[in-house]
Amino acid sequence: MAELGRICLLLALIVCVYGIGVSLYGARTGRLEFSDSGRRAVYALAIVLTVAFAVLELAFLRNDFAFNTVADTSSRTTPTFYRAAAVWSSQEGSLLLWAWLLSLWSSLALFLVRRRLRDVSAYATAILLGLGGFFIALMIFYASPFQTTTPKPAEGVGLDPLLRFPTMMIHPPMLYSGYTLCTIPLAFAAGALLARRVDADWIRATRRFAMAAWLFLGIGILLGARWSYSELGWGGYWGWDAVENASLMPWLTGTAFLHSLMIQEKRGMLKVWNVSLVLATGTLAIMGTFLVRSGILNSIHAFGGATLGVPFVVLIGVLIAGSIYLVVSRREMLRSEHRLDSLLSRESIFLANNLVLVALCFVIFWGTYFPLISEAFTGNEASVGPPWFDRYTVPLALMLVLLSGIGPVIAWRRATLANARRNFVVPLACGALTALGLLAAGVTQKPLALAMFCCAAFVFGSVGQEFVRGARARRAMAGGAPPAALLGLVRRNRRRYGGYVVHVGIAVLFVGVAASSSFQHAVEQRLTPGSSARVGAYTVRYVRPTAAITPKNDTAHTGSTLDVGAVLDVSKGGRHVATLRPSQGFYDSGEPAQGTVGHLIGGQAVSHISMNGGLTRDVWTAIAPDISTPALQRIVSVGNRTLPADEAGVAIGVLAREYLKNPPPAQFHFIVSPLVMWIWIGGLIVFGGGLIAIWPTPSAVRRRVALRSRARASHGLARA
Amino acid sequence: MELLAVLLACVLVAVVLAIVGAPLRAARDREMAGEDVDSDTDPEHQAAYVRAELEAAREAKYLEIRDAELDLRTGKLSRADYEAVDGVLRAEALELLNRLQALDSGEGAEGGGDRGEGAGGAAMPGRPQPARERLSNPEVED
Repeated sequence: MAELGRICLLLALIVCVYGIGVSLYGARTGRLEFSDSGRRAVYALAIVLTVAFAVLELAFLRNDFAFNTVADTSSRTTPTFYRAAAVWSSQEGSLLLWAWLLSLWSSLALFLVRRRLRDVSAYATAILLGLGGFFIALMIFYASPFQTTTPKPAEGVGLDPLLRFPTMMIHPPMLYSGYTLCTIPLAFAAGALLARRVDADWIRATRRFAMAAWLFLGIGILLGARWSYSELGWGGYWGWDAVENASLMPWLTGTAFLHSLMIQEKRGMLKVWNVSLVLATGTLAIMGTFLVRSGILNSIHAFGGATLGVPFVVLIGVLIAGSIYLVVSRREMLRSEHRLDSLLSRESIFLANNLVLVALCFVIFWGTYFPLISEAFTGNEASVGPPWFDRYTVPLALMLVLLSGIGPVIAWRRATLANARRNFVVPLACGALTALGLLAAGVTQKPLALAMFCCAAFVFGSVGQEFVRGARARRAMAGGAPPAALLGLVRRNRRRYGGYVVHVGIAVLFVGVAASSSFQHAVEQRLTPGSSARVGAYTVRYVRPTAAITPKNDTAHTGSTLDVGAVLDVSKGGRHVATLRPSQGFYDSGEPAQGTVGHLIGGQAVSHISMNGGLTRDVWTAIAPDISTPALQRIVSVGNRTLPADEAGVAIGVLAREYLKNPPPAQFHFIVSPLVMWIWIGGLIVFGGGLIAIWPTPSAVRRRVALRSRARASHGLARA
Repeated sequence: MELLAVLLACVLVAVVLAIVGAPLRAARDREMAGEDVDSDTDPEHQAAYVRAELEAAREAKYLEIRDAELDLRTGKLSRADYEAVDGVLRAEALELLNRLQALDSGEGAEGGGDRGEGAGGAAMPGRPQPARERLSNPEVED
């Protein structure tokens, strides 16, 4: 079936080339049948790539190791769920996933606007097919997912142990959905500029896709952070890794766009700003995809040995040059229709908010790409670590949270000072009370964290006030109980109140970040059974070692050969709090040179952390057991000399029993982090708010709104 | 090469050709039947674009009017500020409705040809209504 996959790729490329041609011809001549044929080429592309993806997926599920990518990333012992998701753990499979998701989202977008924006969408179709064709060409000429080996191997290498984690399997589809959705507003923005139709209609048509891109990217980023915290053995959720940063940057510019597009919709302002943000977001999404495949990164995120840097650099160059050309050549059409009425207005706050978001993006961009560029030119490995990023991003994050609390209480167009003063009383009181409370509790040594807590309280106060006043106004107009009034308020103003919920979620998330990073207790200590370590207010006692031969006892589907760990008792003030069971899995290296026994545990050792999480704190631990002691290594070397391959597991059992009988000291890493759970809760609130904002208003509600508005407008005009 | 793979590939090619060729075949059939083929440069399509722009601007204006009212009711705008802002917004909305009405009248005078669908997705009425009665937000999207 690999032949079918290869045919699908070739057919997909032909469809892309055809679609680009007819779309551009239709756009230039106005012949709608050609534009429609181009749009349908996108649908056809989605069908062809679905077949291609199904072929590869089936190959994984059927353990068809003739496919190189299956042999490299899967095995007969890989659990079915991970086998199904292993499709996108390789360079080739992830390229196919990218192209497939692009074709699906593009099909949906073009279907929804099929009767509108026909001139704009013809150009947008050509751009989307161009991007799709680029990824398909990469697969055909550089990294084919349908490359085969004859004769086929009997067994595969298996999935990277670090990827054997549920959230890690969902993380790439979420992230790639975000990246591919970012290209849709880019295509429509470029199409609007090419068609010289830069009104708000293209924004209305693609706004929901921009919002969906923002949502999926955000979920993908959060899932990655959760994986980092729960799986990797360093105890953190964000390390300012280049690939983490690459996904955050389009999210930041996308956030800025979602705010300023409201101003263009209402006031016809910030047109240059908006097209620039959209084009930048799409380009940054491509750059994020480029980073892991360029071969310039040595990162857990990178596809090892990747050499797709040159084609991506060419594409990014074309995107940047094309974007600049379009914006500069159409600058007259992009002039604002109005000016800011007042500095004390929601428009001004949005503009300030956007400046902060773009500044954040710039800082992260500089910190991410400058060391890479510097190394490329000088050959010296430059690095910019978390302290550098924190120095500049923390103050900007504070400003961002503060502005997210100010925006909701300021009116559009203009706000009088007296009114603004009155509206700020409750939020300021919340911030002030929080400050007083924390200072009284002795929280003085971390001023930036204290500032973040106060800003978050300010946001809670301002948004809470909005909900209360809005519900009160709704009750005054329409009657009903407070809960019904609140529901009606949100249903009728989804964008506004969904956005407020997002602001609350962001504030909650930053509270978790500030608390967990500023007030964390971390200890690294070597312990023997019976000994204890002190971590903040907690005492952790090493109760006893554990060792399991995991092929028989692999309940967590780690895929390791041997799992060595410890049972730990966590107490506080003499009271038992939790029992933790961290371990480290030792994997088969597949290297015969390490011996029949040695290779079974000579591969990558992966930490399986253990954690007790709660609303107030997480107690986190990782272990690095020592199996290199002379006594244990003697078992391995004797086994290598005397045991055939099919009996080598006996030695592993002996090693495990010896470890339990005479456990050497093990290295432990303990962390107690306050309020980490609120990072994930904040993320869920952001997600919920985003869903509220993106959900279309039911038509029945729109009709009732129309009838009431017509009556009020008529009455108003009669008075005028 | 497996026979199944070849057969599936042939089916796929046929499906692709059917999908992308449908508009071209339909246009050819209309041409052969002596009917006009749709073109983006046709006055009707250009009028549809203008209508879509105006309707998008109209809906945005309605949203602004509602937002201003909500700002008043939630205490962000004083009564004086609200009346000033509301007056400006309604005047701008009226301007948009007048332009839409002019578009309707122009099309009505030509015999009410294909109006196409506007951004709101609703076909315009056959007899133009007075703009003041139509100062409404028929399909406001939040």
